[in-house]
Amino acid sequence: MIDIANKNDLYKANAHELLDSFAAKKVNPQDLLLSIIKRIKKVDSKIKAFVKVIEKPKIHLPKKKLSGIPVAIKDNICIQGLETTCCSKILKGFVPPYNATIIEKLEEEGAVIIGKTNMDEFAFGSSTENSCLGPTLNPWDTSRVSGGSSGGSAAAVASEQAILSLGSDTGGSIRQPAAFCGVVGMKPTYGRVSRYGLIAFASSLDQIGPFAKDTQDLALLLSVISGYDERDSTSVNNPVPDYTKSLINNVKGLKIGIPKEYFFTDSGSGKDGIEPDVKQAILEAKKVFSDLGAELIEVSLPHTKYAVSVYYILATAEASSNLARFDAVQYGHRTKNLDNNADESIIVQMYKRSRQEGFGDEAKRRIMLGTFVLSSGYYDAYYLQASKVRTLIRQDFLKAFEDCDLLIAPTTPTTAFKVGEKIDDPLKMYLSDIFTISVNLAGIPALSLPCGFDSQNLPIGLQIIGKPFDEETILRTAFTFERNTPWHLKKPTL
Amino acid sequence: MFSKKELKHLATLARIELSDAELEKFSRQLVSILEYIEQLKELDVTKVTPTTHVMSIEDVFRDDVVKPSIDIEQVLKFAPDRYGNFFRVPKIIE
Repeated sequence: MIDIANKNDLYKANAHELLDSFAAKKVNPQDLLLSIIKRIKKVDSKIKAFVKVIEKPKIHLPKKKLSGIPVAIKDNICIQGLETTCCSKILKGFVPPYNATIIEKLEEEGAVIIGKTNMDEFAFGSSTENSCLGPTLNPWDTSRVSGGSSGGSAAAVASEQAILSLGSDTGGSIRQPAAFCGVVGMKPTYGRVSRYGLIAFASSLDQIGPFAKDTQDLALLLSVISGYDERDSTSVNNPVPDYTKSLINNVKGLKIGIPKEYFFTDSGSGKDGIEPDVKQAILEAKKVFSDLGAELIEVSLPHTKYAVSVYYILATAEASSNLARFDAVQYGHRTKNLDNNADESIIVQMYKRSRQEGFGDEAKRRIMLGTFVLSSGYYDAYYLQASKVRTLIRQDFLKAFEDCDLLIAPTTPTTAFKVGEKIDDPLKMYLSDIFTISVNLAGIPALSLPCGFDSQNLPIGLQIIGKPFDEETILRTAFTFERNTPWHLKKPTL
Repeated sequence: MFSKKELKHLATLARIELSDAELEKFSRQLVSILEYIEQLKELDVTKVTPTTHVMSIEDVFRDDVVKPSIDIEQVLKFAPDRYGNFFRVPKIIE
């Protein structure tokens, strides 16, 4: 339980501490909300994590799993009556007439929806620089990116403006910003969490997941959002365990695999594929686990180097198809610029110009690439070839799991990069997701948690990758790591 | 591959207008992405089954039960142009 003399400091606490304090009637949810709103007013002008703050949200009666806990929601998740734009101009002013399933679940458990967070437009990006509202900055160094695409959700928790938050992860969009901002973030198994009400990017890869200050809070939020939903036919009807029960400080006898391909040397430059500080932190994490009695073994994921290629074919193909719905007919931006004397019919002009005006650069690039890889004459060479290599990538993981219970790896090859550093080179930006993408292609769960800091005091993320629907072993491993290291306790100065 | 002319044709298929400057920039960037992606061709996958979806879920049915719909005013509220209970678009048939 927290011992906070000053109610203004409640924003610093974790959800599990706050829930205990509410139960003991030491503080109440209204005090917490005031503290959070003050914190947002103080720091968000520097970070820009939120695109919308709800100052007077509904506060539900206590005694539910998340009663009174402020949660921030990524702007691609529909909340009834609240503008939801995916940080794209094409959806400006769109107010969903329905709630995503996970919003219903959060409200049933008493969570307080505190606002919508910034993201790369339609989740296309790794830095939130593709948001039409400008980037979210890193709480540890505001000249650097927060990561993406769920950068706003990661930065909101890291800068203590929200106790918990939700993001979505298609190729690393939860884990990479979690690593860059020094918080815990998880992409659950594909099908674990309903996607109903999540505006689709790549439907075979997208998954909603939680951000938190520690593993205990993360487990709590995961328990609330997980489960089958008849409105999402790809959600899986497996029982949902109480994930807080898997928080056991013990990894004795656990077999942890280290994928050797994640520690590669670039054949061109001869340099390590990961920064020395990141590599050092992962080696030290390995030692923490072996000192605690886990068995570490080297495993091979031979098709790792093809993951980025496969991803940028399949994800853009699915995106170009999903984004076809933005046609300026039922909602969203419609152009006023129509030319009666042009060769093209007025309706075709309306589609083309509305989409030109509404979509940002990265969305246009991905629609073009996706349309190309699906076009007749190129489909077999690109889309079909990539779908087959996806099979090999998934088989690599399933084979590795015959010898171990889970895998550990770096979440990212570097710590947070500078704003503007990669924005003009899309391929360079795509390669920053090299360690997170294969997990989405395989549909398996993975988590990132803080495992150290580099020489510039930027957080480093450790990725823990598990078997399908075995979030429990991941959480147990992450919890044990936290109990035996100090990294999650360090906070940025703002 | 990806001359400006080809890109313009693709843009029409995708129903996006692209300016000359955009065509120039995207054709350059897409060529560099496609060059990277070429690496996939070194793999022999003739005997591999493609994965379009990781879960083996097929033919999901639900009971055919009437449920309440969203109120029509709610649905039409954000229409760029409406006529009564319809979405209005520019004339399609000449």
